[in-house]
Amino acid sequence: MKAADYVEIIVFFFLLISLSPLLGNLMAGIFMDGKHFLKPVLGWLERLVYKVAGVDEKREMDWKTYAKSLLALNIAGIIMLMLLQMLQAHLPLNPERLPGVSWHLAFNTAVSFVTNTNWQAYGGENTLSYLVQMLGITVQNFVSAATGISVALAMFRGLTRRQEKTIGNFWADMTRSVVYVLLPLSIIFSIVLVSEGSVQTFSHYARATTLEGHEQVIALGPAASQIAIKQLGTNGGGFFNANSAHPFENPTPFTNFLELLAIVLISSGLVFTYGHFINSRRQAWAIYISMLILLFAGLAISLHSELGPNHALNAMTNMEGKEMRLGPVNSVIWSVMTTATSSGSVNSMHDSLSPLAGLVAMFNMMLGEIIFGGVGSGLYGMIIFVLLTVFIAGLMVGRTPEYLGKKVEAFEVRMAIIAVLAPSIVIKVFSAIACSTAAGLSGLNNAGPHGLSEILYAFSSAAGNNGSAFAGLNANTVFYNLMTGFGMLTGRFGIIVPVLAIAGSMAGKKITPVSPGTFRTDNWIFIALLLGIILIVGGLTFFPPLALGPVVEHYLMNLGVTF
Amino acid sequence: MMLLTGLIYPFLVTGISRVVFPFRSEGSLLTADGNIIGSELIGQKFDSARYFWPRPSATDYSAVPSGASNLGPASRKLKELAAQRRREFCVKNGLDTSTVVPSEMLFTSGSGLDPHISPESAYLQAGRVADSRKFTAHQKEELLNCIKRLTEPTGLPVLGEKRVNVLLLNIETDKIKQKNPGP
Repeated sequence: MKAADYVEIIVFFFLLISLSPLLGNLMAGIFMDGKHFLKPVLGWLERLVYKVAGVDEKREMDWKTYAKSLLALNIAGIIMLMLLQMLQAHLPLNPERLPGVSWHLAFNTAVSFVTNTNWQAYGGENTLSYLVQMLGITVQNFVSAATGISVALAMFRGLTRRQEKTIGNFWADMTRSVVYVLLPLSIIFSIVLVSEGSVQTFSHYARATTLEGHEQVIALGPAASQIAIKQLGTNGGGFFNANSAHPFENPTPFTNFLELLAIVLISSGLVFTYGHFINSRRQAWAIYISMLILLFAGLAISLHSELGPNHALNAMTNMEGKEMRLGPVNSVIWSVMTTATSSGSVNSMHDSLSPLAGLVAMFNMMLGEIIFGGVGSGLYGMIIFVLLTVFIAGLMVGRTPEYLGKKVEAFEVRMAIIAVLAPSIVIKVFSAIACSTAAGLSGLNNAGPHGLSEILYAFSSAAGNNGSAFAGLNANTVFYNLMTGFGMLTGRFGIIVPVLAIAGSMAGKKITPVSPGTFRTDNWIFIALLLGIILIVGGLTFFPPLALGPVVEHYLMNLGVTF
Repeated sequence: MMLLTGLIYPFLVTGISRVVFPFRSEGSLLTADGNIIGSELIGQKFDSARYFWPRPSATDYSAVPSGASNLGPASRKLKELAAQRRREFCVKNGLDTSTVVPSEMLFTSGSGLDPHISPESAYLQAGRVADSRKFTAHQKEELLNCIKRLTEPTGLPVLGEKRVNVLLLNIETDKIKQKNPGP
């Protein structure tokens, strides 16, 4: 690494760690008491949305009503997006006259965007019309991100309310997330992207004749507005097939830096919003530091592995799948950040990463994307692990576990286990099915252990709602479209429903005051315990397949073996 | 909500972009005599000896769709491709086969549309470009200056790798010829 690379990493984390508490404060104002500086500017828009939709934002919901509203909105979203894709040939704003999308690809893509996964079985510029990109994809980018934030807010309320039945109003949480957080940030960010070279136009694709007389068709479109929310909302589905490796999505190293920051900014800020809700900065920092430790560990392993020479290919630097303007270091940082969060956007092709860098990306997703994670979803995933840690610590000393003064009992633990197991089962069972059927194996692009990695990565990405891919796998088949589609649904709602159930049940409990016997959840001992639990759960579940995939490949590659 | 985020938002951003950044928002298209010759940001194919060559591309610089090879880090196919590209690069540029060829000329990019190469790769190609255009010593020096002038980053040294935009470099190369018509 050059000195400049170290400077970039330091500046990046300095900015992130100083901006997060500021954004966290702002979001606390937006979601707690409604007092914040954006209210006078955009309050009218919030009220207008309520009026048009006929929502009474003051009506509180219990967890079941909250969950039902959420599921209704998301199911409607899936149907809407499927129809838009299948009928795009008959709808306006389709200058390239792209035909309707096949039903299984439409199902996969619809589920993918509604669940905040944004897995790309499609190739943006040759599959989807401008209208679908805007009215379908962009809308779901906002909605799925706001859904994540809403569920996290419901969880915060559940953990802090005393003997109440309700956990907030879903429609109000959604509206405020979009109007005050996602939309203003996206507008500013998309215009910065355009200034650097991202396209934003409704024109036809450009037809160029090169200096040598070759013909080249250049895909255009309203890309910048979609890319901004794709990064901020940890969505990750690209406007173009090559995602953020495409020069129109990520034209310069400067946009790369900003897009990296955008991936993690809101998730990172929400940790501090949580701190406001539970009225303890220390608790927030304990969670934040745990996340940072996991992130840095992954980053160090990835950088070390990727920047070394590749003995199998006989090359000093493996530039396969990487862009010249970004270079290997930026590619590696991105691969770690995009899998630590649930973004899944890529600026280099993960399929061509060195085995251990690929392993880190996979392991990040297998843990459930709790290192900052998806907006909202990362934090509620992390709180699930916090509850498990408290529970296990309670078992060890033989007293009733408590978190934030609330007893953690059988129901909560059961729900937490469901939330942890649902995605893990998808990853392992679905991968096993794909490995043992012809339909699963026919999609492979690489042989040897890397083939297993491609399948494992696909289902980790689907179940973790990440969306990045070892893209050599041809995933646009009926088999993979359906399997990953159901994997995404399980990975999303198999966590959201238990989380809301925990929130509802916790909200009804008393808060016992802190005593000297209380198990502290804001010190280094707790951080160590939490990290231990995360690594044991993640490690024990996934060590065997990882050993057969990337680990074997790593050792063989160092011996110069190719496949 | 759909109207707000699906129509008003993209139209608003498009409107602002068109007014403030008309060139960038339309794809940074470069024209010569009214014809589009390409986009500054999108790499394109050059294979004649008179021009600098870009990186190999998994899609052969077709921009619809963009894409990569997705070959793994221990792929035999990738190893063979890299060895073959190394050989070809040396032979076609009249270089000794022991020359260290920069990695980006051996491996394809993520988008298949990477517009840049490293300055080292450009300098390695300069001799071949100059010879095929029968450049004089003076013109050749001008060519090398072009590479130097077009090497980015010029501003913030912290971000990004050193690189040269192939299309811009080839446009400049053509200008040298026009200014000093050869014998």
